Amino acid sequence: MSNLKILVGCKRVIDYAVKVRVNSAKSAVETANVKHSLNPFDEIAVEEALRLREKLGNNVVKEIIALTCGPPKSQEQLRTALAMGVDRAIHVEVGKNDSETTNTLQPLAVAKLFKAIIEKEQANLIILGKQAIDDDANQTGQMLAGLLNWPQATFASKMEINGDKLTVTREIDGGLETISSKLPAIVTSDLRLNEPRFVTLPNIMKAKKKPLEKFTPEQLKVDVTPRLENISVTDPPVRKGGTKVDSVDDLISKLKSAGALE
Amino acid sequence: MSLASFTRNRFSLALKQNKLSFSGRIARPKAFQQAIFSRYATSIPSLNSLTEEEESIRDLAARFTQDKVKPLVQKMDEDERLDPSIIKGLFELGFMGVETEHEYDGTGASFLSAILVIEELAKVDPSVSVACDVQNTLVNTLFRKYGNDFVKKKYLPQLVSEKVGCFCLSEAGAGSDAFALKTRAEKNGGHFIINGTKAWITNSAEAEIFLVFANLDPSKGYKGISCFVVEKGMGVEIAKKESKLGIRASSTCSLNFDNVKVPEENVLGELFKGYKYAIEILNEGRIGIAAQMIGLSQGVYDQALSYMFQRKAFNKLIGEFQGMQHQYAQVATEIEAARLLTYNAARLKEEGKDFIKEAAMAKLYSSQVAERTASKAIEWMGGVGFTREFPVEKYYRDAKIGSIYEGTSNMQLTTIAKLIARNFK
Repeated sequence: MSNLKILVGCKRVIDYAVKVRVNSAKSAVETANVKHSLNPFDEIAVEEALRLREKLGNNVVKEIIALTCGPPKSQEQLRTALAMGVDRAIHVEVGKNDSETTNTLQPLAVAKLFKAIIEKEQANLIILGKQAIDDDANQTGQMLAGLLNWPQATFASKMEINGDKLTVTREIDGGLETISSKLPAIVTSDLRLNEPRFVTLPNIMKAKKKPLEKFTPEQLKVDVTPRLENISVTDPPVRKGGTKVDSVDDLISKLKSAGALE
Repeated sequence: MSLASFTRNRFSLALKQNKLSFSGRIARPKAFQQAIFSRYATSIPSLNSLTEEEESIRDLAARFTQDKVKPLVQKMDEDERLDPSIIKGLFELGFMGVETEHEYDGTGASFLSAILVIEELAKVDPSVSVACDVQNTLVNTLFRKYGNDFVKKKYLPQLVSEKVGCFCLSEAGAGSDAFALKTRAEKNGGHFIINGTKAWITNSAEAEIFLVFANLDPSKGYKGISCFVVEKGMGVEIAKKESKLGIRASSTCSLNFDNVKVPEENVLGELFKGYKYAIEILNEGRIGIAAQMIGLSQGVYDQALSYMFQRKAFNKLIGEFQGMQHQYAQVATEIEAARLLTYNAARLKEEGKDFIKEAAMAKLYSSQVAERTASKAIEWMGGVGFTREFPVEKYYRDAKIGSIYEGTSNMQLTTIAKLIARNFK
């Protein structure tokens, strides 16, 4: 029988419903005074951890920890995870505000920070969102598996634990692929893995009392200097309207005059 | 030394020290700023500041409303009935016992948390909002404030987790003149027998717990009024369900009490104090209605504004015409003012300070703002605003009740005037 200590990754991102704007310097997306929330794929990861505990019982799943690397306000997202049912939270503070963190903290550094915490906590099942909706990087889970030399099961749409064996159904371009691996392992959640629960009011109040630890990259001896530099960020080109044509001949002549056909 | 003379001195000193320049604009040198703020350095947050829990609670309410309530709004309005899944959702998320203490299975959150939930619900459906408002600010609070241990232990957990409650004061002949109520209670052995008819009772179709105001001794006039906890099973009958202009999904019924036997332990608080309880609880409930009205205003406003920045006329987005700009700026200002009145009244109540006047002002103003906003929103949306396909016409119908229930606007004005007059007599 396995003794699971699950670590779930959480990231503070701009809320999915917000209309994003590029800042005036065209160097980054505007984050000041913009609504932020927990990355949707991370919410799915938290939900999966909770469901595993509900299915396997407290004797198997010993503890669920939520981990985030981000600015001070990332604490709000940890409170959401705690309100959902996670036992405790860890916050590695990187960056003074949303703007600084978004522009400097990159997946490789995050993977290194996660590795340090995982080794400290001796967690043996790591569930991350497959990607964050702000940078769409889709790298942290994979890089973390590489650094730890652990098996990885990415784009999970279903996962099961039987003793020491992990079985994951992955969504891939050609369809679905089912793989199995031993624990410890990294899993990244895809959209159809589950539908996250609503937090309840009593749980929001209980979350206040759950433990939240803070660390800095220096304490963990991780260098988080960015290796990539954002040169510019621009809006995609405004979509130009097309024209309607009445017949196939009309279409061909228009394409010819536009130089698309010879 | 007054603040005025203090700053005048510092100002002239700064001038002499050549720290101010008059080059067409007044510079703000450090000395000037320090003059004002050092003496009155304060860190009291702005009126709409919320604690972290209150923000989480508000976000949860917003999410529930968008995901679960929004798809059912039109249907509930047409069927004139709240969908059971919505009521169940309200209970499951803890929205029906926001302030109720932990020992009764409640959340133990602040009064403003309840206000925020009511506001968020109203942004999408004022009918759902009023159901939650009555449960929290009238029913739960009456039990919590005046109930004895027996009644609290028995009913509060039920109200938090599964049973809807309602507040039965008004009658066909007793609205603003509530104390003219005719429902009678008579002591008979170990029971009270209640006879009479109540009218305009919100939540009555779904309710299982009824707080009934009946007169135990008409010779004492209104001082005979007492409050009884009546369970549906004791014989409460729904006489007539009203078909209304607005908040149609919220059930509003007449109730018949025909020799309803209520055990003597089911008195809420003390006998003959019912009139007092009713007045006091309505003072607080007012803030809840104000919250419903500001939620309604914001909800309809956001819908109209998003339309105005999509619709074009004369090759321009209609939101960009100055005529429209001036109108929507004016309305936004009024909504903000109404919201601050409401939040401040809520905070005053939390602090245990006098809040009756502010609560009356909040309800009065918010209901007026809601009516104006909904009316303008339809105009801004033009023809489509007038059709039932778009949600704005419902807000217009819903808004009207704001100036009528839980104390008509005329009653609010009278209350405010009386409180002001006290200072001058």
